[in-house]
Amino acid sequence: MLAYVVRRLLYALPILIGVNLITFALFFVVNTPDDMARMQLGVKRVTPEAIARWKAERGYDRPLFFNDEASGAAMFTETIFFSKSARMFVGDFGRAEDGRDIAREIVTRMGPSLAIALPTFVLGLLVSVSFALLLTFFRATYLDFWGVVLCVAMMSISGLFYIIGGQYLISKLWKLVPISGYGGGLDAWKFVILPVVIGVVSGIGSSTRWYRTIFIEEIARDYVRTARAKGLSEAAVLFRHVLRNALIPILTGVVVVIPLLFMGSLLTESFFGIPGLGSYTIDAINAQDFAVVRAMVFIGSLLYIVGLILTDLSYTFVDPRIRFD
Amino acid sequence: MPFLPVILWSDVLIWLLLLAALLFGWLSARNPLWRSAWQRVGRSRAGMASATLLLAFAIVGLLDSLHYRPRLAADGGQPAAGQPAVYAVEVLSLLDALLTPLRTRNEKTYSEPLATRAHARETIEVRGGDGRLQQVRDHPRLRHGGAHLGADEGRRDADVAGRVLRALGLALLAWATTVLAVCGGVVRARRCAWRVAWRRVWRSEGDFAWNAILATLAVLSLLAMPVALLAAEYHVFGTDKVGQDVLYQVLKSVRTALVIGLVTTLVMLPLSVLLGVLAGYFRGWVDDLIQYLYTTLSSIPGVLLIAAAVLMMQVLIDTHPQWFATAAERADLRLLALCFILGVTSWTGLCRLLRGETLKLRELEYIQAAQAFGVSSLRIIGRHILPNLMHIVIIALVMDFSSLVLAEAVLSYVGIGVDPTMISFGTMINNARLELAREPLVWWSLSAAFLFMFSLVLAANLFADAVRDAFDPRLAGSQ
Repeated sequence: MLAYVVRRLLYALPILIGVNLITFALFFVVNTPDDMARMQLGVKRVTPEAIARWKAERGYDRPLFFNDEASGAAMFTETIFFSKSARMFVGDFGRAEDGRDIAREIVTRMGPSLAIALPTFVLGLLVSVSFALLLTFFRATYLDFWGVVLCVAMMSISGLFYIIGGQYLISKLWKLVPISGYGGGLDAWKFVILPVVIGVVSGIGSSTRWYRTIFIEEIARDYVRTARAKGLSEAAVLFRHVLRNALIPILTGVVVVIPLLFMGSLLTESFFGIPGLGSYTIDAINAQDFAVVRAMVFIGSLLYIVGLILTDLSYTFVDPRIRFD
Repeated sequence: MPFLPVILWSDVLIWLLLLAALLFGWLSARNPLWRSAWQRVGRSRAGMASATLLLAFAIVGLLDSLHYRPRLAADGGQPAAGQPAVYAVEVLSLLDALLTPLRTRNEKTYSEPLATRAHARETIEVRGGDGRLQQVRDHPRLRHGGAHLGADEGRRDADVAGRVLRALGLALLAWATTVLAVCGGVVRARRCAWRVAWRRVWRSEGDFAWNAILATLAVLSLLAMPVALLAAEYHVFGTDKVGQDVLYQVLKSVRTALVIGLVTTLVMLPLSVLLGVLAGYFRGWVDDLIQYLYTTLSSIPGVLLIAAAVLMMQVLIDTHPQWFATAAERADLRLLALCFILGVTSWTGLCRLLRGETLKLRELEYIQAAQAFGVSSLRIIGRHILPNLMHIVIIALVMDFSSLVLAEAVLSYVGIGVDPTMISFGTMINNARLELAREPLVWWSLSAAFLFMFSLVLAANLFADAVRDAFDPRLAGSQ
């Protein structure tokens, strides 16, 4: 088991290096640091001196990959690639445009993101799986038909409308919870509940349909026929047998997402003014703060890879036949 | 010439896609397997109803994909002989020309649907009973909305009702003609009596879901005809902050959504098919390399990769303004760049699917037989593997369309989507969002965007389901 995890982690390293190279190429090869300086300074204040100062302040005045003015290891470390990209591997994300340390910002903003994303994830999973089981139980009836129609209709609505509509109805019209904002401590639930509800509702359509397909596929298997033949009730078949055997495909889609919950949701957080990582990213995109976006891309892919490994490990807990030795 | 044709890159791609679709249709008609699969789609009522709706959207999008610059009239009205013609800077499309009254009749600011007066009060001068000018705060009269009524504003309801009734009559007439034409077609094709043809069409006894198509057409014409007749004199969906007609905006958004949904697949398709088949067929280091490539790309969260790429594109465009002759060209290039980026980030899923399927296929006996006969790899891939992968490709293509349309709206909202000057569902929603905070509420912009986007995506989803049911061999047995 441990050997397997170590092997997978080592396998993840080249992928992370690839991600690093891709983002580096995206950010520095397509546009030179000069272009970036011009963007950040604005049209009016662009002078060669200002650009040079901007680059020197942020460490962009070095060569990209190879520094032929330095000697020894410094030939590679005194470069933009090393200082801006390679150092991310040790958790040094540098500073944002406003001078704040990105790593510390990420740590403080993780909390609010998790406070929204975790309940949304758990509740969404519970609601969708139960709804899908219900539809499977009543399959080929009117309830099933209209349930699927409802799902298709719900997944045809853009997430933007769920947020806008929910905010308008619940916060503005009925004044049940504040429209946006975030508070620490126990008061936080007031701010958390609406984004969570909207997040759950907007996800029901597509995930219910997906789980329903998995359950229906599972129900056509032989063991289900056997279970029915020995006289088990339909509910017992569904909950004791089908649900357990459908866990593998469900886990495949679900576990990958768990580590990504740290990142929060770009849309939800920026709409509700939650100071999490999602809104941090959006703000960075709007302010064209490349350092922050680069750091978020790196963390995102790191978490995704962790998710993939977790998925594989989770299989062993569900299905004892799977061993990684 | 009274106009100068402007060929935008996205136009070229859209028309090429149409050509490819026609070619594919012709190929499908010759291939018995595909023909029977498409016939299954044709028998699906939900599939045909949604296809009708999609076709209506496609026509709007295609009309909006023929661009030109109109010639400016010379001072004297007649252009002087020998002088070079001067063309407007503004790039228009055929749809713009058809919707000219909607496009040009802008109000000052917000107005409600079918309103004759503006949404907000302002100080206006009114001639009082004694003939003197008085300043009062009231809703000012709109410049264009209901202008034909003149001072007789009270007649508006009667006028609207009259127009709607007339439109309904016209729509029914047009629809009845269509029904007769369809029945007539069935009579000629099947050489049966009219009564039999009628029953075939309405009870769906034939092998084509005519009843679904005709019902959708009925609903469409009953909705569109009144809107068209009212739009001649009113702002049917109201106007937005800068007084632009909302109906015009939603119609223009259709093209943006279609371009995103279709052109992206055009970018994604060759990449995923080529790499997927190569990885699955040749295995070894090719497989390792391609697997590494798509694992790396797919391990970057999609939105972030898109954000990073669009951000870079934005800097590139902003620092090279000399590349673009008109604002339309710049917006168009940004749209294409977005398609390209979305395509590059979304080919990995299909590629993985195709690789797995190819791995399975190449172990089958007939392919091993072909290899034993010394048939070249290229021929085996072309003759045996690709045709057997097509159902996955078709299903993936139609399934992706709706999610891409939804993604565009979200990305444009975040500010990394289409150019802010380009009308799209995302930019419309973004503009409309702030209006919800106003008192009294401005609801029509958002509702119109919702209505159109919802019907487009719903139709795409239903059609995708029908196609999947027809093409998926696993589902084929269950019918």
